[in-house]
Amino acid sequence: MTAIDLGLPGLGGLDGVPTADQPQKAKDYKSDQEVRWCPGCGDYVVLNAVQSFLPTLGLKRENIVFVSGIGCSSRFPYYMNTYGMHSIHGRAPAIATGLAVARPDLSVWVVTGDGDALSIGGNHLIHTLRRNVNLKILLFNNRIYGLTKGQYSPTSEEGKVTKSTPFGSLDHPFNPVSLALGAEATFVGRAVDSDRAGLTSVLRQAAEHRGSALVEIYQNCPIFNDGAFDVLKDADSAARRIINVVDGEPITFGGGELAVVRDGFGLTVAKTADVAPEDVVVHDASDLNLAFALSRLSTQDLQHTVTGVFRNVARTTYDDAARAQVAQAREAKTPDLAKLLHGNDTWTVAG
Amino acid sequence: MTTDLGNGASAEGVEIRKLDRVVIRFAGDSGDGMQLTGDRFTSEAAAFGNDLATLPNFPAEIRAPQGTLPGVSSFQLHFADYDILTPGDRPDVLVAMNPAALKANIGDLPHGGTLIVNTDEFTKRNLTKVGYDGDPLEDGSLDAYQVHKVAMATLTIGALEHTGLGKKDAERAKNMFALGLLSWMYHRPTEGTERFLREKFARKPEIAEANVLAFRAGWNYGETTESFAVTFEVAPAKLPLGTYRQITGNTALAYGIVAAGQRAELPVVLGTYPITPASDILHELSKHKHFGITTLQAEDEIAGIGAALGASYGGALGVTSTSGPGIALKSETIGLAVMTELPLVIIDVQRGGPSTGLPTKTEQADLLQAMFGRNGESPVPVVAPQSPADCFDAALDAVRIALTYRTPVLLLSDGAIANGSEPWLIPDVDSLPDLRVDFATEPNGPDGAFWPYLRDQETLARAWAVPGTPGLQHRIGGLEKADGTGNISYDPANHDFMVRLRQRKVDGIEVPDVVVDDPSGQARVLVVGWGSSYGPIGAAARRVRKQGMPVAHAHLRHLNPFPKNLGDVLSRYERVIVPEMNLGQLALLLRAKYLVDAISYTKVQGLPFKAEELQDVLTDVIKGVPA
Repeated sequence: MTAIDLGLPGLGGLDGVPTADQPQKAKDYKSDQEVRWCPGCGDYVVLNAVQSFLPTLGLKRENIVFVSGIGCSSRFPYYMNTYGMHSIHGRAPAIATGLAVARPDLSVWVVTGDGDALSIGGNHLIHTLRRNVNLKILLFNNRIYGLTKGQYSPTSEEGKVTKSTPFGSLDHPFNPVSLALGAEATFVGRAVDSDRAGLTSVLRQAAEHRGSALVEIYQNCPIFNDGAFDVLKDADSAARRIINVVDGEPITFGGGELAVVRDGFGLTVAKTADVAPEDVVVHDASDLNLAFALSRLSTQDLQHTVTGVFRNVARTTYDDAARAQVAQAREAKTPDLAKLLHGNDTWTVAG
Repeated sequence: MTTDLGNGASAEGVEIRKLDRVVIRFAGDSGDGMQLTGDRFTSEAAAFGNDLATLPNFPAEIRAPQGTLPGVSSFQLHFADYDILTPGDRPDVLVAMNPAALKANIGDLPHGGTLIVNTDEFTKRNLTKVGYDGDPLEDGSLDAYQVHKVAMATLTIGALEHTGLGKKDAERAKNMFALGLLSWMYHRPTEGTERFLREKFARKPEIAEANVLAFRAGWNYGETTESFAVTFEVAPAKLPLGTYRQITGNTALAYGIVAAGQRAELPVVLGTYPITPASDILHELSKHKHFGITTLQAEDEIAGIGAALGASYGGALGVTSTSGPGIALKSETIGLAVMTELPLVIIDVQRGGPSTGLPTKTEQADLLQAMFGRNGESPVPVVAPQSPADCFDAALDAVRIALTYRTPVLLLSDGAIANGSEPWLIPDVDSLPDLRVDFATEPNGPDGAFWPYLRDQETLARAWAVPGTPGLQHRIGGLEKADGTGNISYDPANHDFMVRLRQRKVDGIEVPDVVVDDPSGQARVLVVGWGSSYGPIGAAARRVRKQGMPVAHAHLRHLNPFPKNLGDVLSRYERVIVPEMNLGQLALLLRAKYLVDAISYTKVQGLPFKAEELQDVLTDVIKGVPA
């Protein structure tokens, strides 16, 4: 087989999407539909953050599309005054792929949950990331099935007692960031729903990234899994647990008291005072091995949770490449339907 | 039967017999190149101006164990000096490249038929492998046939002796030797094949030359040896005036999609996953990107149709192609397309089922799946081509319905049509239908907003606004829609209304009346078919009429909705018979909808009906009608 270099130039995530003439406000992004999540649901916080963040991109609203699957989070598109499709359980990445391929002038966002993206839609998620389709995937992870009323999910801890697992769940959970990195994702980030600034920062970098951007958002389900992320929200414990990484900066946390250092092929946490300054790992979002090691530092029990952007690298996107092939074919050959239908071997029956 | 049209003699003294039609079957090991051989003979027949129809038949395994019965691959070709409808029931000439091919096919050769055998493969080991105790070439068991024993491999190796090619490589060209011999026997033009071989092996000129030499050696063998006393001529057919080409169903279908994209002035996005026997549609469309066609080979069947639907949502023509098992996986997305009322063309090249079934064999058992294989009341129009060339028109019609009515459409081809080929009267591009669509650009609702579920009063198609259209931002999805606004609605009366509305939209799709073929106008028996059985049913009807018994034939292109005149047509006949390659799926629908006492004749052997058997079936039914 021959590999063909399509010679595509580097593009920004939003290049080709028309910009708005007027400044926008958060309310411009609110639809006329009543928001129907449970009181106290983390989804409200994320919705507000997104509605406040989008105006800063300055895009035409009609060129933004939200595509979702099925689940609580997947009601998201109904509340956005953009174009949107509430599709099928797990299939949003596939549908969004077709849309992104067909339309370079759109900013396409996928809203999904831990069940939607990692269970029924796991295949589409990994292949979308592998292809690097220019989509922004917001994965709301509440570690539970909400819409079906409380069964364990692929991110629930082992032994979780739920309606479907009264004696405890047997499944070992996914680490969504490790999974995405293993699937060749070019951009992987994580944020906690209650951290508006952190979430907005990751969203911005995701929007500006050309290619698939997976953003895992820890999101509280107050009904079926309340308090799952409380240890990350209490100011005291959060400081010792949340490790926010910024490209090019040494990875320290806990008010600078704690630092991330190398440990064999992986990473570990040490007291900053106990290590030489040059031993503190400096984050490099282009280093896949570092990103993966950081993802493994995040444990299911939230002893440590890395947030921020793990990986952010440029790679030709599937949709750009698909359009380039069509464009190159059109340059090389004029479409002539009659010629195509005739082919090379014809014969004529004359009167 | 082949009709002898009189004799002549060539300059060399070999008798030339004129025939009106011939059926040849090439059979060999799946590694012997039988499909290529058949394909080339077909091209020669087409270039000569015969009407023709072909039936490839090959195993699902790419290379089944060599020399075994499961590994036998065959290609049957029917060519004639008049318009024919089928690839032929039985071969007049069987070319058997090994004992397995002989054993698997000899039962179909009528007594007196011509058998050409490659004797080199008839070794004791090969004979034992397929269960022959003795050598059938020697034990008299083939006395009922005109047997020509030709050491094709030896002769081919001999002809290539001076090329420097190894024995093994030289021997591989023996299929071209067979083609050369048959080409001589039937006075076929040879330039096309020589040109084809030189192009196919352009990068390996020595292989190209070897194949050309083997081909010529076969021709010369016929001409110089005295074992063939007779050659045959089949004159060009008197077909309607115009320019023709040979085409397979999958290619015609792909061209139909290309043409539809051009006539709709829309980019085409094919989202698909490889599956036998539909993959050639993907292969073909992927060559034509300069027509604005994007082909996306997805991670699975579901993603394939998902991408197609996403593209349709974005204002492209979304298409997906598969076979029955793929339809099972795509059902949920077809349902979403029904609910979101977006255009989508779903191609099902049917194969034997259920489950993996018979991947390389034909069947028409997905009709009820196409009609009803989804949750809820989920009406989908169903269109079926009746022959390889007809796939072009059927594809255009499927796209017309999808775009006009904003609906998914199922296009039901099958394995026989997909791989079979026939001459195609190439249409004038300007005569193809105008498929351009009007996208919504302005708010349409009474409140000054955009209501995505307001409808065209005539077609009931909803307003289609694509992302990027200013001021028309809206959300759609799989939840039930409020009539008009398209907002989520759980209202009981609204759901009842919308279920009926979606049904009414599909029921109201404009399809042409079904045409009844009854030349005498005296028929009291009607045979109704759909899809690829058109050929055998038509051929059987002709035979029955030749026996002096009138019979009417109606063939359905549209299975959902049925043509408006169908009920009236069915009621005009005393008996209605429905032959199908399933257990009576169309008959079930006709009985349910029209209360007609249709007789179902069914067969599911993975092969098309034979005209002969349908002739018997029709004759029995006609004779059973009281005077």
